[in-house]
Amino acid sequence: MAPILRSTSLVALLVFQISLFLFTSTLPISSGSEDSYTITGRVRIPASTAIGHAAKFSNIKVVLNGGQNITFLRPDGYFTFHKVTAGTHLIEVYALGFFFSPVRVDVSARHHGKVQATLTETRRSLTELVLEPLRADQYYELREPFNVMAILKSPMGLMVGFMVVVVFLMPKLMENIDPEEMKRTQEELRNQGVPSLSSLLPASR
Amino acid sequence: MAIRVSLLLLVFLSSAVVSFSLYEDQVGLMDWHQRYIGKVKHAVFHTQKAGRKRVIVSTEENVVASLDLRHGEIFWRHVLGTNDAIDGVDIALGKYVITLSSQGSTLRAWNLPDGQMVWETSLHSAQSSKSLLSVPINLKVDKDYPILVFGGGYLHAVSAIDGEVLWKKDFTAEGFEVQRVLQPPESSIIYVLGFLHSSEAVVYQIDSKTGEVVAQKSMVFPGGFSGAISSVSSDKVVVLDSTRSILVTIGFLDGDINFQKTPISDLVENSGNAEILSPLLSNMLAVKVNKRTIFVRVGGEGKLEVVDSLSDETAMSDSLPVADDQVAFASAHHEGSKIQLMVKLVDDLDTVLLRESIEMDQHRGHVDKVFINNYIKTDRSNGFRALIVMEDHSLLLLQQGAIVWSREEGLASVTDVTTAELPVEKDGVSVAKVEHTLVDWLKGHMLKLKGSLLLASPEDVAAIQEMRMKSSGRSKLTRDHNGFRKLFIALTRAGKLFALHTGDGRIVWSMLLNSPTKSEACERPSGINLYQWQVPHHHAMDENPSVLVVGRCGSDSSAPGVLSFVDVYTGKEISSSDIGHSVVRVMPLPFTDSTEQRLHLIADTEGHIHLYPKTSEALSIFQREFQNVYWYTVEGDDGIIRGQGMKSSCAGETADEYCFTTKELWTVVFPSESEKIISTLTRKPNEVVHTQAKVSTDQDLLYKYVSRNLLFVATVSPKGAGEIGSVTPEESALVVYLIDTITGRILHRLSHQGCQGPVHAVFSENWVVYHYFNLRAHKHEVTVVEIYDQSRAENKNVWKLVLGKHNLTAPISSYSRPEMFTKSQSYFFAQSVKTIAVTSTAKGITSKQLLIGTIGDQILALDKRFVDPRRTLNPSQAEKEEGIIPLTDSLPIIPQSYITHSLKVEGLRGIVTAPAKLESTTHVFAYGVDLFYTRLAPSKTYDSLTDDFSYALLLITIVALVAAIYITWVVSEKKELSEKWR
Repeated sequence: MAPILRSTSLVALLVFQISLFLFTSTLPISSGSEDSYTITGRVRIPASTAIGHAAKFSNIKVVLNGGQNITFLRPDGYFTFHKVTAGTHLIEVYALGFFFSPVRVDVSARHHGKVQATLTETRRSLTELVLEPLRADQYYELREPFNVMAILKSPMGLMVGFMVVVVFLMPKLMENIDPEEMKRTQEELRNQGVPSLSSLLPASR
Repeated sequence: MAIRVSLLLLVFLSSAVVSFSLYEDQVGLMDWHQRYIGKVKHAVFHTQKAGRKRVIVSTEENVVASLDLRHGEIFWRHVLGTNDAIDGVDIALGKYVITLSSQGSTLRAWNLPDGQMVWETSLHSAQSSKSLLSVPINLKVDKDYPILVFGGGYLHAVSAIDGEVLWKKDFTAEGFEVQRVLQPPESSIIYVLGFLHSSEAVVYQIDSKTGEVVAQKSMVFPGGFSGAISSVSSDKVVVLDSTRSILVTIGFLDGDINFQKTPISDLVENSGNAEILSPLLSNMLAVKVNKRTIFVRVGGEGKLEVVDSLSDETAMSDSLPVADDQVAFASAHHEGSKIQLMVKLVDDLDTVLLRESIEMDQHRGHVDKVFINNYIKTDRSNGFRALIVMEDHSLLLLQQGAIVWSREEGLASVTDVTTAELPVEKDGVSVAKVEHTLVDWLKGHMLKLKGSLLLASPEDVAAIQEMRMKSSGRSKLTRDHNGFRKLFIALTRAGKLFALHTGDGRIVWSMLLNSPTKSEACERPSGINLYQWQVPHHHAMDENPSVLVVGRCGSDSSAPGVLSFVDVYTGKEISSSDIGHSVVRVMPLPFTDSTEQRLHLIADTEGHIHLYPKTSEALSIFQREFQNVYWYTVEGDDGIIRGQGMKSSCAGETADEYCFTTKELWTVVFPSESEKIISTLTRKPNEVVHTQAKVSTDQDLLYKYVSRNLLFVATVSPKGAGEIGSVTPEESALVVYLIDTITGRILHRLSHQGCQGPVHAVFSENWVVYHYFNLRAHKHEVTVVEIYDQSRAENKNVWKLVLGKHNLTAPISSYSRPEMFTKSQSYFFAQSVKTIAVTSTAKGITSKQLLIGTIGDQILALDKRFVDPRRTLNPSQAEKEEGIIPLTDSLPIIPQSYITHSLKVEGLRGIVTAPAKLESTTHVFAYGVDLFYTRLAPSKTYDSLTDDFSYALLLITIVALVAAIYITWVVSEKKELSEKWR
């Protein structure tokens, strides 16, 4: 396993250097013949958000005009659309775990395919076609850590809580009542006999 | 009624919790995901080195993938765009996979181990032509031979290391067609052979270093050439002349062209038209003639002789070099239920290197393609493995007389899906058997409790997960109480039916469609659509449901149709018939006969309507409703929608009493210079609507306009019919219509200036939601239109109801002019969309969710409340209580509401929803290159306890309560006793 890994990284490094060499020459982000132009851009995923996600460039797709063309990223994050007509286009980047704003790209025929890019979500214009995710997507709910309050708040927790109150606090309340007072009430109750409903109502007094 | 009210209340209560969400450990409990690649077109083996053995394949679904040769698993794969079909695939430098796509204009290199794209080159192309990819076999590693690509009229030499175009040569001269690009090994000369006006052979010799033309020779062949060409060696090709009866050997050794004609009648007696087959065999070619495949050896001087002949249905591989300068090829054909696989030497067809016969499922059809690869056995002899593609698109690896692995690649091209119930559980199998014993049950729940209290150790967590996966017999083949277990019947492009179990996604049965008459014209009909033919009601337990498969003999729409009836429980074909007319449209009627067979109407190209089933009972049912059957046709190219009704039996023309003629009732003609139909849509016929009325916040009633006869039509300006970026906002407008299909009335028209398609829409109850592109804002937009009935709006007054002055009992006629009004609202949406669906539940009570299949191949569940035209910027307190969300300019994309969570349904094409028996729950099945299934509860499972419910906690609480009661009782007894002693 290890030798394979080493060789792929070596290949990637090599290709990176080659393409770096290539792209330094073509970094003005568009070039082309009279009626068809080339859009070159780059996808960059910040290292801090990439941790925890398998941010592999090999699974990222770049889509032009809602599916007219689909291309993939090179190891260094660059992508290119060839044979694009002058006009206004839409570029979308789809990467699992990230949300990218669609980009409005104006390819100017007058300025030989000069490219102007604007993020449509934030209306921010880009000086270079470097696309970064707006946010990292978390597809799963996070399990709440163990929480006593959460259990107490659940219906069963409330039931148990009420039980505890009745069992342990009620006797305490009874104790606090003055014994003489208690006797008097008990006697009163006895004298009255069976307590009628009307006697319980405060209005009858 | 009380139940309903409480249910409604529950819905409202539970709908306070928005969005579908899933915990990571719940993945795979309700959902399953299957990854496919599609029918394999090309395969290249990579087995040279020690380590992982793999095969690189490209498919008709535009997938390039690397498969594990040992188990058939996917190492990596990429799904290219829909118009980026792969023309060729090969391995260069031993580490890159090279693909040529888009008619030879895009060349990409992928890293072999992990599938990372290394470079991409766009090649110049001027015209459409055949595309050829030739990657040199690298004998010396240090030397970089260029990749030769022909496509679009240009020959390119591309460096394999970085994709740089070394040189290109223009072959776009008029009438010139390049047929072959050949490079003899160890030679610096490239031969380009082509035909000028199909009658003159031209050979260019090109220096492979510079691309300069060294020499050019041409020679006229009086007979003219036709069709395929077969290159037999580095200096000879064989081609058919224009009459398809003479084989012409073209030799171009050292630049001199010579022709040698051999009539096929010299080779075979009674020959008809011949066809050259594609396999590349050295010094030999395969010709299909008289339904036989003959092998013709090409001698040194271009002399042809027949060396062997095989049956017609034999598939052959390209030739493969084996040891000692020998070349072998494989052929496979059917013999009864077995496949005969043979590997022979090309030079000596009597030497059979391998002869294997393998038992094969007859529902895979015949062998379509064979790819072979050799390996050295331990005894230093040659062993062969063969990758075969069957007629049903499945992919199998054969080795040592056995199927090592198989992949059901037919499922990558699902065309239609329907659902079916499972059989009812028979006596003898009880639920207790699933749960083993009470002790096990308790143990399981204790584990779950530990898990939910986060006290579980990693081993416990694994045990819980395993238990959940296996739990409650979710993959049993019987109907369950909640309707969670069902079958999805999928029809594939290859004409095969698959029944998939919702529990675990396994294939319960599969069946390849057969032609009813076994006629030569229609060997294998292609399936078009699936319909539920017979669905027995609840009490007819002993009857099996069946589905109707409508197929066609050939790709043309006027080709005769074929009906096939398939038993859902067993997967056996009950009957099939050749219906003798074409199939344009199939209309299930809302009537069934006494055996519960649904009546279907089939329209043919001649404007006749045919009734099925062809029984007198069905005819009498249909005669009763004869005047009430209407339908419409859409002629998209002309911009016309026609409404049709039944006229009479076509007894005058034919004796068929099940055939009817139609009359045109109305037409809607769209002005062709300004509007072009791009999308039409109706409601699902089997949708259930729970209530017609909608109570708004101020105690006002709104009546939904629920009609089955509404047609949604979207048109754009002809200029705006293309892709985004092809028009300016001023030039394009999108107009949507709601048309009554009985009367042809346009009920509503809504125009969106500066917008264009593609339009993806969903129509349910009384609302339509559609997605399109707004050119002015340069964003995608979603608009909702809700339709309400005005004519019944006055029925709110109680006194009117009491005095009987309401019109609730007035008959509703489809002819009457409906008084209706609409409400609509638009929102931005930040993604392109491939398809939209809506959830459906058994009674239609549960609130709905839109299922949006994005272009990133994910599915987003969006609550219908987000697309509610009553949303306002500042909802009042009452509106908030009702659940109206404050208006925002764009629809939220909440990552947790992706129902596909961290998976992708690559190449997504459609989403199908079906209700479960439990009102809260709906089945969702998405298909594309991948398959995905999950169960959704749009308003949470308000009518059942979730799987997460902790029975153990409930038990413990009860036990604790009982114990506490007992203890306190004992204590109080004692206290009372001591009180009395005092």
